[in-house]
Amino acid sequence: MNGETANMLLAIIPEIGMLVLAGTLMVLDLVWHAPYRRLGWITAGGVVVIIALSAAFARPGLAPQLIWGGMLRLDDTGFVFRLIFLAGAGLTALFAEGNENLDRHGEFYALMLVSVFGMSLMASAADLVMLYLAIETTSIPLYIMAGFYIKDQKSVEAGIKYLLFGGMTSAIMLYGFTLLYGFGGTTQIYMLAEQLQAGKVPLFALAATLLLILAGFGFKVSAVPFHFWAPDVYEGAPTPVAGFLSTTSKAAGFAVLLRVMVAVYPTQAQLWMTVVGVLAVVSMFLGNLLALAQKNIKRMLAYSSIAQAGYILIGVAANSTLGTTGAIYYLMAYLATNLAAFGIVTVVGKSVGSDEIQAYSGLSRRSPGLALGLLVALLSLGGIPPFAGFFGKLVVFGAAVQSGLVWLALMGLINSMIALYYYLVVLKVVYLLRSDVETKPLPVSITWKVALIVCVAGVIVLGTIFYPWYTAASAAAAALF
Amino acid sequence: MQFPILSVIIFIPLVAGLAILLMPAGRRDWIRETALGAASLTLLLSFIVYVGYDVQSGGYQFTEMVPWLPALGISYHMGVDGISVPLVLLGGIVVFCGVLISWRVEDRPREFFAFLLFLGTSVLGVFCSLDLFQLFFFFELAVFPKYLMIVTWGYPKTREYGSMKLTLYLFVGSMVALLGVLAIYFGSAARTFDLLELEKAGFPLAFQRMWFPLVFFGFAVLGGIFPFHSWAPDGHVAAPTAISMLLAGVEMKVGAFAALRVAIMLLPGGAHAWAPLVLALGVVNVVYGALIALVQTDFKYVIGFSSVSHMGLVLIGFATLNKEGLLGSGIQMFSHGVMTALFFAVVGMVYDRAHTRDIPKLGGLFSKMPWAGVGFIVGGLVSMGMPGFSGFIAEFPIFMGAWQVSPWVAIIAITGVLITAAYILLVLRRVFFGELPAEYLRIEDVSVQDKVAIALLVVIMIGIGLFPSLISPMVQSGVNHVLSLLGGA
Amino acid sequence: MNSYTGHLLSLILFTPSVAALLLLFFPSRWTAFFRWATFAASLVPFAVTIIVWSGYVPATSGFQFTERMQWYAALQSSYVVGVDGISLPMVLLTTLLIPLAILASFTIKERVKAYMILFLLLETGMLGVFLSLDLLLFFVFWEVGLVPMYFLIAQWGGANRNYASLKFILYTVGGSLGLLLAIQVIGVVSHTYDIGSLMQTWPQMNQPFMGIPAATIKAVAFWAFVVAFAIKVPVWPFHTWLPDAHTEAPTAGSMILAGVLLKLGAYGFLRLVLPLYPRESQAFAWALAALATAAIIFGALAAWAQTDFKKLVAYSSINHMGFVILGVAAAAWAAKSLNATIAVNGAVLQMFNHGLSAAGMFFLVGVIYDRTHTRNLSDYGGLYAKLPIYGGILVFTALASLGLPGLGGFISEFLVVRGAWPVFSLATTLSLIGLFFTGAYVLKALKQVLHGPLNKRWQGNIEEINPREIFVIAPLMVLMLVIGIWPAWILNIINQAVMKLF
Repeated sequence: MNGETANMLLAIIPEIGMLVLAGTLMVLDLVWHAPYRRLGWITAGGVVVIIALSAAFARPGLAPQLIWGGMLRLDDTGFVFRLIFLAGAGLTALFAEGNENLDRHGEFYALMLVSVFGMSLMASAADLVMLYLAIETTSIPLYIMAGFYIKDQKSVEAGIKYLLFGGMTSAIMLYGFTLLYGFGGTTQIYMLAEQLQAGKVPLFALAATLLLILAGFGFKVSAVPFHFWAPDVYEGAPTPVAGFLSTTSKAAGFAVLLRVMVAVYPTQAQLWMTVVGVLAVVSMFLGNLLALAQKNIKRMLAYSSIAQAGYILIGVAANSTLGTTGAIYYLMAYLATNLAAFGIVTVVGKSVGSDEIQAYSGLSRRSPGLALGLLVALLSLGGIPPFAGFFGKLVVFGAAVQSGLVWLALMGLINSMIALYYYLVVLKVVYLLRSDVETKPLPVSITWKVALIVCVAGVIVLGTIFYPWYTAASAAAAALF
Repeated sequence: MQFPILSVIIFIPLVAGLAILLMPAGRRDWIRETALGAASLTLLLSFIVYVGYDVQSGGYQFTEMVPWLPALGISYHMGVDGISVPLVLLGGIVVFCGVLISWRVEDRPREFFAFLLFLGTSVLGVFCSLDLFQLFFFFELAVFPKYLMIVTWGYPKTREYGSMKLTLYLFVGSMVALLGVLAIYFGSAARTFDLLELEKAGFPLAFQRMWFPLVFFGFAVLGGIFPFHSWAPDGHVAAPTAISMLLAGVEMKVGAFAALRVAIMLLPGGAHAWAPLVLALGVVNVVYGALIALVQTDFKYVIGFSSVSHMGLVLIGFATLNKEGLLGSGIQMFSHGVMTALFFAVVGMVYDRAHTRDIPKLGGLFSKMPWAGVGFIVGGLVSMGMPGFSGFIAEFPIFMGAWQVSPWVAIIAITGVLITAAYILLVLRRVFFGELPAEYLRIEDVSVQDKVAIALLVVIMIGIGLFPSLISPMVQSGVNHVLSLLGGA
Repeated sequence: MNSYTGHLLSLILFTPSVAALLLLFFPSRWTAFFRWATFAASLVPFAVTIIVWSGYVPATSGFQFTERMQWYAALQSSYVVGVDGISLPMVLLTTLLIPLAILASFTIKERVKAYMILFLLLETGMLGVFLSLDLLLFFVFWEVGLVPMYFLIAQWGGANRNYASLKFILYTVGGSLGLLLAIQVIGVVSHTYDIGSLMQTWPQMNQPFMGIPAATIKAVAFWAFVVAFAIKVPVWPFHTWLPDAHTEAPTAGSMILAGVLLKLGAYGFLRLVLPLYPRESQAFAWALAALATAAIIFGALAAWAQTDFKKLVAYSSINHMGFVILGVAAAAWAAKSLNATIAVNGAVLQMFNHGLSAAGMFFLVGVIYDRTHTRNLSDYGGLYAKLPIYGGILVFTALASLGLPGLGGFISEFLVVRGAWPVFSLATTLSLIGLFFTGAYVLKALKQVLHGPLNKRWQGNIEEINPREIFVIAPLMVLMLVIGIWPAWILNIINQAVMKLF
């Protein structure tokens, strides 16, 4: 084995690690028959190990480098995103534990890890074929995870809907890929731009490919008009899965969106900036306006996620290092925030047995800690300091202004105002309203406590101490341009 | 390295609040004592800063600077000048009195005191910030404590409406200001948020004229500028007593201060261009606010509108852009802060005992609550601008400044004084004197904690009224700096 | 001067406030303590005033016993106090009347502590106006005096006190708003509030301000000052607050209201209006004289028509202060002439005399009210038989207020008439006719109270005037007599100052 191969192997050690971990979990599931197996902790522990491995061995060099025959690009973008995915997976694993329907089935964790493996490849993919494979590797486990409660009609429905929608958009996207290959003559993402330029491909053709590809990516990030699956899937799927979907999977979608837009369509920047900007605006408005009407907290969070995707799209649309940095930072913040939110919904849902917003009445008395956690999460989503969402929004809006898209920033600000209303309403229910069961304490297992504390702390840290995360995000952003 | 006293002042309430959140919910004594201890310490330190500020040298003192995110030009930069030092002290005073007044809160005192302290950190942070991002950060930090405290512990009938109206209204204002802040950031050649750098940035005149209204009015919404003031009466009235004190006493000054620090000082050309409008709106605030206060039948609404009216004087002083006007505004922010804190405290004491704020139903309360009565009398005299009290010391220079800009402003605004005298005396008589309704025969006098708060606030107002040199040289030094920035335009 | 004698005026000015502050710490139950402690405390300023009086050198021009200290440096306003021949008698009047009023207040039974504290604060406010030589400081004390009086009327007053007190304070505050604005303008234009230097510079000021010509500024400011002071004096037609306020106030409150507070307005004319606006004063002197005459005549007629004893005395104040204003008007017109000097001499002396007699009259009304609980003149009758001492005192005081020769009032009214006659002959003539009516109402009052058949209601026990009450009225009577026979001790001081100023 020569040095180069060794290096390339080192570069994918994290991916190998994920597969190993997945395999281990499958084996454990088969072999270990104890009543309470703490597979979630094992997963989380494994994830931490993989993160360490990633930091140690898979560090990108000074310049981005294409490896494995141009299939993958070893750069900061992939590196940072991988860390994000792993964090999301670890936390979701912890949230899933303690939930018998999930915990009893070790394959849940294995599936999740496979999905993360796919996401990791998505973030580093430098070739269209690799990209498609990675997307599918990511999505298929997610379909299963969404429908995991096979006895629950809603969950099964969620899974099927997700599958159908995902399959459809995936097919559209694949068509777009084939067209790109047809026009450009190569599947190498980083050579396409040149080829397309040299081949004098007409703009409308490129626009067509753009729109087709955006279908797939838009689905992944739940942007309007590719969002229809989100509310039902989030509501029906097991809550930790909904959390995972809304954060990690979305981050993966953004990773590819950023990479492809910037790499493949640099000269059509005006076009796709506008398109993405429009997507952002409709996502924000639709998400926020529909969220206003929701009575179910999971659905509300689903629509909120759609709107949040809109904010991140603003960062993408800015087509600048600052914008991308903002988008990545936002994704980090959003990861911690939404996982915390869905985590709390998991806990409360299990205890109260309902996901209706009104069921949260008196939560501040039953469990002040959970109430505070929900406060942190919701206010971060609303963009209020000292929570991470504030800084994320600030950078993203600032980037839009810097790129001359002041109208987009304005739309973002307006939507922030609309969104704050429904977040505050939930807080009102939590803090003001009373309920009959408010004196009964709410059981929160250690696992959940740990996971929630990590998430909430993450929100606060990302909201106050920017330097390390910003540096990472901007390195990731710089690597794209 | 110099002791980072400003950071300590700002973060003591935050740390104490977090500590309180970790305490068992039942230990009311620990919670209250921690809150009081933190508030006392903050007050003491802010007083030390007040006394330690070197008026002769002027400028920004007690500065601390740590680069926070150099990539974006954000730094952790604290410092105070002659205008912000009294405001820091004001924050300390009002938080301290707020804790005392809230001593007997029964419902979830842990969250109550924690959020109250967080609000304290927010206001103190704004006053001390010398970095624009940081200023905005602390400015927005106040959003969630305000909302939660009003909706959870406020007046049951109107708290949901009042809290949501206040929060959304103020949020809109701050988003407008944010746009302006971003414009300033991107417009500055150095791409920095540092206020000291931005003061020297020298923005083109057209730029200043365009962005000044967004920044100024965005922040001034929190200051209660007409016609964006209607959140204030509803919000203040719905809030629990300590929050009303903080809201009207300090938060409104945060808005005015931010408008000064960011809009006037960074965009002086824009300030000159838009001053006439601000002047006119300020006059409307003063007279309209006073007239509306005159016709209220709810005790707390009288005070709420009175705050709108008095903030109008601050705005007039700002808009004069001259030495006397700015001096007066600086002193008025402090004086009115203390006064309105006292007013709301008294209203709270009355409501806690009488369980109504309806003026026709009240009466003769002086005999039962003499301390509250005297407090209201002193507050009322300050409100009327009666010489011998801090209100006169603040209002006189504002008028002197107004004369130099527009005699009509001075003449119209002074009618506000007369209307204020009328409603103050009428409310005083109807609530505190006259017949005591039978149902109030048994009510008790105010508690020791209440008395301490009243005494502190009264002494401050009389002290400044008799000895203006306690505050005016300090504010003057801050004003001189502002004038130097304005003079260039 | 050592530090003690160098601060005599501040001592006079602030002793009452310091005493009030100290009294705050004592329990409210000790009513007797509060009465005597306040009385004792109020004697201190009086004693120091005597010291100042004896140390005052009439022949020296300008202000004496001056003190100057930084106060509100940012606005160029300082704490400056001093006395001259015009203000010193006023200070003496104030520091004399307050102890007597406090002694008269011993019949107050409720909330004695608050009452006494308010009285002391009131004293500081009034003294401050007389002693102040800085315009801003003048205004501060001007307003400060209003608040204690408002509360004294509102809390311890008669049946209609709410209306009367509110009218009093809103009217006066409203009037002083114009004064406030004018002072602000003066400060902005002249960059100082020092009365001494303003007296030199302001009449000469001829720069336009904010595009408005100097003459207009001065005219508007002049009227602002005049209105504010005219309300206080009160000059007809700004007098409508007075009858209600005086009638509803508690006895001692009325004593001070009529005895001192009204003089603040007249003092304002003499100290500020005439020196600062000589041209404008001269131009409008005729109006002032006309209003003064109206006050004299209508005041007397109104008093004659009263059935309420206290209201009668109230209207008599309007009548007597009319003479003061007449003298001021004459001085305004005939500035720097002998007539002016004489007129102002008369005016100042009349201020002093009326202070004594009005305080005395209100006190005596209070005495009879305490016993009969009515102020209706027709309820009285034939009381001379039952209360001979009271009767005698009442006659003396009433005749002093009438201006009987041999008593102080005559001297002051004579001087005013003598000074005003060459200047405003018509007005003076009419005023003399007013004097007739003055005599009429005084004698009518005396008749209704003291003479005639004894009203059956008082057949039983009605107490004679007691020693405390005699102690209150005696100094006033002595002074009225002394001034009437030998006015030089006070007139000399007044004259020397007036000669140099007017």
